[in-house]
Amino acid sequence: MALDRSDVEGIAHLARIAINEQDIENTTATLKDILHMVDQMQAVNTDNIEPLAHPLELVQRLRSDEVTEANQRDHFQQLAPQTENGLYLVPKVIE
Amino acid sequence: MHELTIAELVQGLADKKFSSVELTQHYISRINQLDKKYNSFITVNEDEALNQAKQADQLRANGQANQFAGIPVAHKDIFCTKGIKTTCGSKMLANFVAPYESTVTEKFSQANFITLGKTNMDEFAMGSSNETSHFGSVCNPWDTKRVPGGSSGGSAAAVAAQLTPAATGTDTGGSIRQPAALCGITGIKPTYGRVSRWGMIAFASSLDQAGPMTRTAEDAALLLNVMSGFDCKDSTCVDQPVPDYTESLNQPLTGLRIGLPKEYFSAGIDSNVSKAIHAALDVYRQLGATIKEVSLPHTALSLPAYYVIAPAEASSNLSRFDGVRYGYRCETPENLEDLYKRSRGEGFGAEVKRRILVGTYALSAGYYDAYYIKAQKIRRLVKQDFTDVFNEVDVIMSPTAPTTAFNLGEKMDDPVAMYASDINTIAVNLAGLPAMSIPAGLVDGLPVGLQMIGNYFAEAKLLQVAHQFQQATDWHRQRPTALD
Repeated sequence: MALDRSDVEGIAHLARIAINEQDIENTTATLKDILHMVDQMQAVNTDNIEPLAHPLELVQRLRSDEVTEANQRDHFQQLAPQTENGLYLVPKVIE
Repeated sequence: MHELTIAELVQGLADKKFSSVELTQHYISRINQLDKKYNSFITVNEDEALNQAKQADQLRANGQANQFAGIPVAHKDIFCTKGIKTTCGSKMLANFVAPYESTVTEKFSQANFITLGKTNMDEFAMGSSNETSHFGSVCNPWDTKRVPGGSSGGSAAAVAAQLTPAATGTDTGGSIRQPAALCGITGIKPTYGRVSRWGMIAFASSLDQAGPMTRTAEDAALLLNVMSGFDCKDSTCVDQPVPDYTESLNQPLTGLRIGLPKEYFSAGIDSNVSKAIHAALDVYRQLGATIKEVSLPHTALSLPAYYVIAPAEASSNLSRFDGVRYGYRCETPENLEDLYKRSRGEGFGAEVKRRILVGTYALSAGYYDAYYIKAQKIRRLVKQDFTDVFNEVDVIMSPTAPTTAFNLGEKMDDPVAMYASDINTIAVNLAGLPAMSIPAGLVDGLPVGLQMIGNYFAEAKLLQVAHQFQQATDWHRQRPTALD
């Protein structure tokens, strides 16, 4: 598939990654190379093959619905770039 | 002391030939003196390691020491450790001190191992040369102009340079086995689910698995005993009894059936590497094994399938790094979207961003079936290939990597060429099988790794097959000539 600059900008937006103007061309070229390699997959017929998500085909283990974690908000918030009164601070979202 | 294996160190401590403080001090001095050349550590845990060693010596004096009390190890900087930085090789986590401890490092602490420090790695374990680390490349102790392999390159180089007797690693597409091969050490990637992934920073959750990197198969068996086992905190950890991996090491190999997949000896393999592997296979013949050619027909497709599945899972796992709760945040964000985009754009390196973008694309509306589902279907074909072959043989053998260690910088401008260096290791992760790499020869003074792949939960068999080779040869005792 032909990938162009605007596709890469679209993907970067979905991934919430800023790409510098001067890097877009190179990023586009590299992604094209990778997707070209990935397209080798299309050479094999996989009709009627079930997708494999887990190598041992085990299903997610469930546990009883009990509280197992204590509240460690203060401890965890020590790692945050910016907090106030127990809240994580981000730029204003609503005017 | 730095020449000794873990098995020998355990004996030395028990016989009081040296104390844990002496041993730990010796390794810390070596790291401080020599690691400038290799850059294999991101964090050296000097003061705390010596405290741990004092405690271990005290336990021993009181007659309360367990087998491993006072043995130093290093941990890949992907395992969360309380009180020691966990960077994952990234600017994103350059100052991150985890609020909790990974199960793997917790098990080592419970057994009173000493943590020498945290080893360098490709950023978020994405790389095959350790050159994507925010903390700089690691140099291969056999030739410092060459890469150590990746992503567990710091662990492999530290063991090879005798800066630690052993280290932990993780393997998503070959990240234990390929650096073990390129640095001339022993490494095992266990069956998916054998070792808990709790507290191991996630790259591709259906592929990631931790394992030990050591000098010998015996040491790998000892450490796998420590690392393995069920953990209710990892929902993909398998609840199956753990055997004593040292128990079967000394059993002879008479009647062992070895399969050589012809696809793993194809055109891309350096002819001298191939020769070294065939010489190693002759040793196995002498040890009583029979060898036959087998076929894993979907091998070539494992590379494209892997480079859809791993980036897809990575793009999802790495969405947690948002500049809000922990990790890097950009300066003066204009609004929330700018905060997300620049924190991630500035905090992640080129290879990580590349894989997030590939993964995002593969999972996006309109492409999901053509890429992600298609790759998962190929994943089943790859697994089926192995299942068929394990009806005929006990162990599959091949070169671990197509070449010996390549030059620093050689493949950094060509990601697809870099990815191709994983061609013999990634199918194992797609299938979830256990596999090892052991030193099996030298080409122009650089180590060659022999890969052995076993059936599900056949770690004990692999370790036995590796140990018997190491009893008959001394490739695992070779050391870089330029070492000190």
